[in-house]
Amino acid sequence: MHDLIYRLLMNLGLPVELIFFIWAGLMFVVISLVGQVAVVFMVLMERKVLAWITQRKGPNRVGPWGLLQTVADGVKLLFKEDIMIPGQDKFLFTAAPILFFAPTFVIYALLPFTDKLLGLNLPIGLLLIFALSSLSVVGIVLAGWGSNNKYSLIGGMRSAAQAISYEIPLVLSALGVALAAGTLNLKTIIESQNAGQYGIFSWYWLSILPLSFVIFWSSSIAEVNRSPFDLPEAESELVSGYNTEYTGMKFALFFLAEYASLFGMSVLMVILFFGGYYSPFGGLLLQKWFHINDPILLEFEMATWLIIKTYIFIALAMLIRGTLPRLKPDQLMGFSWKFLIPLSLVNILSIAILKLTWIGTGLKTIQAGPFTFVVPYIVAYGVLAIVLFLILVIFGNIFKRKVISRIQLQQRTV
Amino acid sequence: MYTQGFGVLFILFICSILFAVSTVIAAWVVSAKAPNELKQTTYESGMVPFGEAHIKFDVKFYLYSLLFILFDIEAIFLFPWAMAYDKLGLLGLVEMFIFIAILFIGLVYAWRRKALEWQ
Repeated sequence: MHDLIYRLLMNLGLPVELIFFIWAGLMFVVISLVGQVAVVFMVLMERKVLAWITQRKGPNRVGPWGLLQTVADGVKLLFKEDIMIPGQDKFLFTAAPILFFAPTFVIYALLPFTDKLLGLNLPIGLLLIFALSSLSVVGIVLAGWGSNNKYSLIGGMRSAAQAISYEIPLVLSALGVALAAGTLNLKTIIESQNAGQYGIFSWYWLSILPLSFVIFWSSSIAEVNRSPFDLPEAESELVSGYNTEYTGMKFALFFLAEYASLFGMSVLMVILFFGGYYSPFGGLLLQKWFHINDPILLEFEMATWLIIKTYIFIALAMLIRGTLPRLKPDQLMGFSWKFLIPLSLVNILSIAILKLTWIGTGLKTIQAGPFTFVVPYIVAYGVLAIVLFLILVIFGNIFKRKVISRIQLQQRTV
Repeated sequence: MYTQGFGVLFILFICSILFAVSTVIAAWVVSAKAPNELKQTTYESGMVPFGEAHIKFDVKFYLYSLLFILFDIEAIFLFPWAMAYDKLGLLGLVEMFIFIAILFIGLVYAWRRKALEWQ
């Protein structure tokens, strides 16, 4: 589709540089529209879901069924007074929400919503998404520092520490997908999941990378600062953390960017582990069952599947927020550094061994089905377990001797 | 081709920043302006704010960020390896096993020196 627009612009006889800018501007309009609409619905959905969990009705006054509540809130935030306190670093205070907001929408250009509705089909899309999403940490730290408020500073530092701690398991678990698919191009990753033809059973979450999926899911929830990992915004102790001092549109930018990054992360998770825009029965239903090959209808089906899957994960994130209590800071950091990171390192090695067995059996592309993965998986984890056991035995003996000698030393000194 | 390059990404980033800046400016133009003494004080749960806001914070944050840089660079090293894994085969596996093992020892060392304990 974007080739078509590009060709149209070329035929108008405009200079190439101008086409370049128009093209990028058009793309930004589409992306921001998709993003804003998604966020508006997500905010309403979150409020409704949280209301149902606590047996309330949720917003139901503005518009039918409260549909326009978020729009009304947006207008309200636009007209709110922008309070700046003497003593704040004015430049940093203003730059922080802008820096926090900017990368989250650029990420949408890299996500394939259908096989043609895709801004940029780059060969290193996955790596670039992580690079962009980690930029928002800068905004958080600047917000905490520029606010001239103790709560904001602590909240900002905590949030930065959390974001960098959970980024490692996030990247390492996505590396498992890249290793299994052999590419960083998101479209090829989706295609290689569909190549198995077993539908939902050949998607990566079940067939090859269940452990990666669990790690990715928990660390993506932490990465977008959501409950139960929402310590930076702990209302009861930090008064919403790094955005305590923000009012009006600047606060709205933080709010928007948080929901936008939740949406982006959910789409990324669907792409990496849930077959992207393909149906859970393998391929596309219109093509497979009804033999309709109209390209526009197929595009619609692809977009529908992706949106359905994404909103399932968003709804799950909301249910988690409504049910689970918040962690303590030491539990939060410990969970990442002492559990998720070692687990994801082991996971990568197991996938590497798994892939070696595939290459050994002559399967160039991974055609994962419900049963093709069982034997290699057992082999991979078996080899890994044996190696780890040997290491433990060797190091355990050294450690045991050390402990014994220390005890003997203590006995002598006593 | 222009539509495939990183230049578009750069323009998008600029557009995104311009969009955010324009919303902030628009809000500044249309918003109410009625400053008073109470609004201009730092919010500390209704208490009168005291002392410097830019307090000293725990050195733990620096330890975590040092460890983060270490592991992030490791992840960057792992990506090209993952891409070339089809060609590297068993040798690549063994080499990466050694690489990850060394890092793992580092993590265990940090763990045992109580660098990962949050107080």
